[in-house]
Amino acid sequence: MDMASMKEEDRRFSIILTFCIMFMFWLLLSAWTVYLPEPYDFSKVSRGVLAALIVTFLTYEMFVPGRGTKVLLKLRRFIPYVGWELWQIYLATIDVTKRVFGILEVDPQVIEFDTTLRSDFALVTFANSITLTPGTITIDVEPERGRYIVHAIAKGPAESLTVDQTMQKKVGYVFMEE
Amino acid sequence: MLAIDVISTMFLAAGAFFMITGTVGLLKFPDFYTRMHATGKCDTLGQILIIVGCMIYEGFDFITIKLLLVTAFYLLAGPVSTHALMKAGYVTGVPVWKKGDKRM
Repeated sequence: MDMASMKEEDRRFSIILTFCIMFMFWLLLSAWTVYLPEPYDFSKVSRGVLAALIVTFLTYEMFVPGRGTKVLLKLRRFIPYVGWELWQIYLATIDVTKRVFGILEVDPQVIEFDTTLRSDFALVTFANSITLTPGTITIDVEPERGRYIVHAIAKGPAESLTVDQTMQKKVGYVFMEE
Repeated sequence: MLAIDVISTMFLAAGAFFMITGTVGLLKFPDFYTRMHATGKCDTLGQILIIVGCMIYEGFDFITIKLLLVTAFYLLAGPVSTHALMKAGYVTGVPVWKKGDKRM
């Protein structure tokens, strides 16, 4: 999003939010330099503030392009989804391990299907999720139609995307794009 | 101290096992795409287990936060790099192996 099309209120919001995140990040990465030798050393903290300010003014337009709708609700739905996704990573690795050692068969196929997802963040989340879940990897995405081209290592994983569609429904529920 | 050693060794060993599995898959699977399945998936869990093992071994500290951030970054970057390689292969026309074909 370019600078001219951004409203004044939106710009203030995005500068403040970016600064808060950047300063939190600086604290997380270098809190020991502030905390350990002598607590509340002003010159060290002010260097952190300065660094956060510079990064904020360079990147706020890309980092927070505008005020999204219902961000908190989406965030609350996103956290359980991350937990579910970690469980899927575990299952995916077990699945590939079985195929490597010849317990399950390898019968690859390329499939295409459409989804109802349209926003960038939903598309990226779903593409990453496909790659992390058992037996499937995203090859390509067409954002206009929400169309995915996916390489599946066997018939079972392919059908879980085209027939069951559990993950589409979960991502659609998180981003409210059903 | 001993309990921490045992638990972190278990995590590190599990991580190493999955990394080795990924490598075996890379050598054993028939074509480019299936090989990416082996490395892309096993590496993610292997990396997470190894980092968790390191976290438990070092004890909870500011370093733990950095290791957690590395894990989060790996969860974002791993699938993206796998997908980038797959797309590059697909666009340039690397043939897809079907069951019954000769090994490539």
